[in-house]
Amino acid sequence: MIGIDAVMQLIAGLREAELRHWIEERWVRPEPASEGYLFHEVDVARIRLIVDLRRDLAIDEEALPVVLQLLDQVYALRRRLRAMSEALDAQAPEVREAVRARLLRFTGEDEG
Amino acid sequence: MASRNPYEVLGVKKDASEEQIRSAYRKLAKRYHPDLNPGNKEAEARFKEISGANGILSDKDKRARFDRGEIDASGAERPEQAYSRYRGFAEGAPGEKYEYHSAEGMAPEDLDDLFAFFGRGGRGGGTMRMRGADQHYSLTVDFLAAINGARQRLNLAPDRSLDVTIPPGVRDGKVLRLQGQGSSGINEGPAGDALIEIHVAPHPFFRREGDDIHLDLPVTLGEAVLGGKVMAPTPSGPVTMTIPANSNTGRVLRLKGKGVKRPDGKSGDEYVTLKVMLPESGDAELANFVREWAPRHAYDPRRGMTP
Repeated sequence: MIGIDAVMQLIAGLREAELRHWIEERWVRPEPASEGYLFHEVDVARIRLIVDLRRDLAIDEEALPVVLQLLDQVYALRRRLRAMSEALDAQAPEVREAVRARLLRFTGEDEG
Repeated sequence: MASRNPYEVLGVKKDASEEQIRSAYRKLAKRYHPDLNPGNKEAEARFKEISGANGILSDKDKRARFDRGEIDASGAERPEQAYSRYRGFAEGAPGEKYEYHSAEGMAPEDLDDLFAFFGRGGRGGGTMRMRGADQHYSLTVDFLAAINGARQRLNLAPDRSLDVTIPPGVRDGKVLRLQGQGSSGINEGPAGDALIEIHVAPHPFFRREGDDIHLDLPVTLGEAVLGGKVMAPTPSGPVTMTIPANSNTGRVLRLKGKGVKRPDGKSGDEYVTLKVMLPESGDAELANFVREWAPRHAYDPRRGMTP
């Protein structure tokens, strides 16, 4: 975990006022600490993502929360999907095969 | 991997303007940014190529050197990313802190909903029996109802409500599980449970600490100086309490057993902190008396406060 100064040094082109605004908006959620904040790796990666979105992808402040919210939903779904796959992996081979066959039917790949 | 010509990668002409290059890069980056394409390896490779090309063409000096043949497309490629991408975290447990929460602070759907989703999905439905999903609710309970216990109606849906028994002494944040009151099961599977998170509303003058109740009790100057019996509110109703003569603001009196009743039958206590109140509008007679009295009875309540 690192503080805000270390984050500023790590990420080129990031302004502190900007980062503080993102924290206020809860787009970035570092841990509050006695002096300022503590950032986990995931927070730093998220700041880089937001920097990319703002600079490289030209997404403005108005649209940013929509993009982040949709991304958060995608990743939440992917985490659940992963949990689902792990649960499936723990099943007996015939169960896995039955589920696989069923899923193929849903995606229509073995129809016709 | 042989690097492609950066102009080809960005799909711009040799004489493209800075603005044309920026816009071409933006368009491609929007499409191939790895964090926007989780699980897509090709997007990652494409994005690397695109940023490499942009690294050359967006830099006047590097672009000129490339055009003169002094550097090749790979020579100026951005160094391998030294940091981990967001998607690497977001797909695992660390990403949970950015869990999407729907409006009104509702609990995020848990795995149960995924099963419900799969069970609902579909063509013809399966024949697997599945337990219904648990449903999460929150219920705000009156301070006194939380201490004394109560029954309270919870609206689950416009046409469905549930009478919830609030156990006496329930604490803020406690989750009650009502079996079989969640979503119905699939293919005659058992219904899920209703999970009800209790929020205890604050009280205008009682405060709860564990099983004890704390209360600030205003008393008159007369009661403070001479002592006497006063009525003190407790969660189970007012009781008579004796105030010793010469009681100051801040004096704490204990009413044994007047706190929160515990499941084992014992109870916490109520702690009453006295607060001496002068008459609300200045009292001339009192002022005259104190003017006479004070000089002859000097005392220093701030002794020991000198730094």
